[in-house]
Amino acid sequence: MTRLPETTQRKLGLVIDLDTCVGCHACVISCKGWNTENYGAPLSDQDPYGADPSGTFLNRVHSYEVTPLADSAMAQLVHFPKSCLHCEDAPCVTVCPTGASYKRVEDGIVLVNESDCIGCGLCAWACPYGARELDQAAGVMKKCTLCVDRIYNENLPEEDREPACVRTCPAGARHFGDFADPDSNVSRLTAERGGMDLMPEQGTKPVNKYLPPRPKDRLDGQIDVLAPLLAPVAEDARGFLGWLDKTLDKI
Amino acid sequence: MHPAPSVIIFSTCSGLGFGLLAWLGFGFPAVTGWVAFTFFAIAYLLAVGGLMASTFHLGRPERALKAFTQWQTSWLSREAWCAMAALILMAVYGAGLVFLDTRWPLLGWLGAAASLGTVFTTSMIYAQLKTVPRWHSPLTPALFLSLAIAGGALMAGQTSLAPWLLLLAGAIQLAVWLRGDGALGASGTTMATATGLGDIGTVRAFEPPHTGTNYLLREFVFVIGRKHATKLRAIALILMILLPVVLLLAPFSHLLAAVAVLSHLAGVAVSRWLFFAEAEHVVGLYYGKR
Repeated sequence: MTRLPETTQRKLGLVIDLDTCVGCHACVISCKGWNTENYGAPLSDQDPYGADPSGTFLNRVHSYEVTPLADSAMAQLVHFPKSCLHCEDAPCVTVCPTGASYKRVEDGIVLVNESDCIGCGLCAWACPYGARELDQAAGVMKKCTLCVDRIYNENLPEEDREPACVRTCPAGARHFGDFADPDSNVSRLTAERGGMDLMPEQGTKPVNKYLPPRPKDRLDGQIDVLAPLLAPVAEDARGFLGWLDKTLDKI
Repeated sequence: MHPAPSVIIFSTCSGLGFGLLAWLGFGFPAVTGWVAFTFFAIAYLLAVGGLMASTFHLGRPERALKAFTQWQTSWLSREAWCAMAALILMAVYGAGLVFLDTRWPLLGWLGAAASLGTVFTTSMIYAQLKTVPRWHSPLTPALFLSLAIAGGALMAGQTSLAPWLLLLAGAIQLAVWLRGDGALGASGTTMATATGLGDIGTVRAFEPPHTGTNYLLREFVFVIGRKHATKLRAIALILMILLPVVLLLAPFSHLLAAVAVLSHLAGVAVSRWLFFAEAEHVVGLYYGKR
């Protein structure tokens, strides 16, 4: 059913910390691994070892260079993981002609029922974030499921019941939780660090939040403390080096 | 956006076919018997041929019937209903004209309304998308409908009305291009809002997620041929509007009429190619390509 629920009981989603992410792409690999081997059609690759490889991914890490407006500040490199934001007002759901796309009332996860998907691609057109990719082998739309087959899976040890990307992140840049609960880890992180929406003007009301990079330490002042000690101490070479210097000058 | 041939053939042929069906439904021209058969055969070839072409861009065309279920929210589903209603109503209406020499006006009007409804719902599939600012405008349905009505008039031999309708469609086409060129800028979506990093400074794409291409880049970040856009716009306008208008003003002959129709069809195809090729999807901003 492609009518969006008025509210959802829980709002499960991710907080992604742009300050902490080191751009290692481990979340990309663990996502591809888990989601190829488990729920739904595998994430296929085309020409994987050839000249023009491409494939389906539910999570991709971009890198951006940010040049501050003030001349004195240093440029920053920001690694930027991007996956489905499980929007409250998900435009991908309402455009679906078959009812394959839906948003769950119980936890707000946006899912695709692959056996109903005709692969028209309209949901990917409607998504401003590029979160949906049409699998070229299966002909159906693939997207982040928030690892719905992990988070409720009682066959897994308790610590593994979170999305594969969160579980694997070595930097702790990804956090999973319920945004409907104001005391949850993700709600508190969002409040403390000024968690933001991507493309708020698109009106999608994304559930996932991004924590902006913390302001960089300023370098001026620090260099001055060490500068006297770092000044060259032997401007005029003496001894063997002095002889070598003079001799080389003569040649 | 990637200008997929299947979608261009679909919207070009179906638009013209349903435009002709609408005129036939309203009784212009009021034909019966074999003449009516010829008109209806041409209209159905275009409309159904276009619809068949559209199924080629589906990943799983064998499940296409499921697209009838979500008419409450989805314009694509509404399009499926309108197209089916139009084809069935006009088939019954056409059978009356061809085999019984009888015109059932109410059936014709309903069929004509459903035919125009099909063109409208097709255009709303594109116009609803906030992610493509160039399409997200009432001008998109205006363009599709005016072209279908003008092209239908041309096909239906409405030689007195067709030139004016063609000129109106041409004017709307110009407005679409004029507005479209500034649409992405006016939408307020930039790399700064896409990344949320705009408060820190100027954002530049440094490294894409993968060294190779992917579905998103193939489908949404089509930039080939933009440098010829102005020439193609001129070609589209001449073939689609000006040449048919000139041919219509000349004394009527079936040969000139056929040339006018073919020229119009080719012009609409060029215009539709540009409609897709020039459309900028905001996801391209994440790749620094816009």
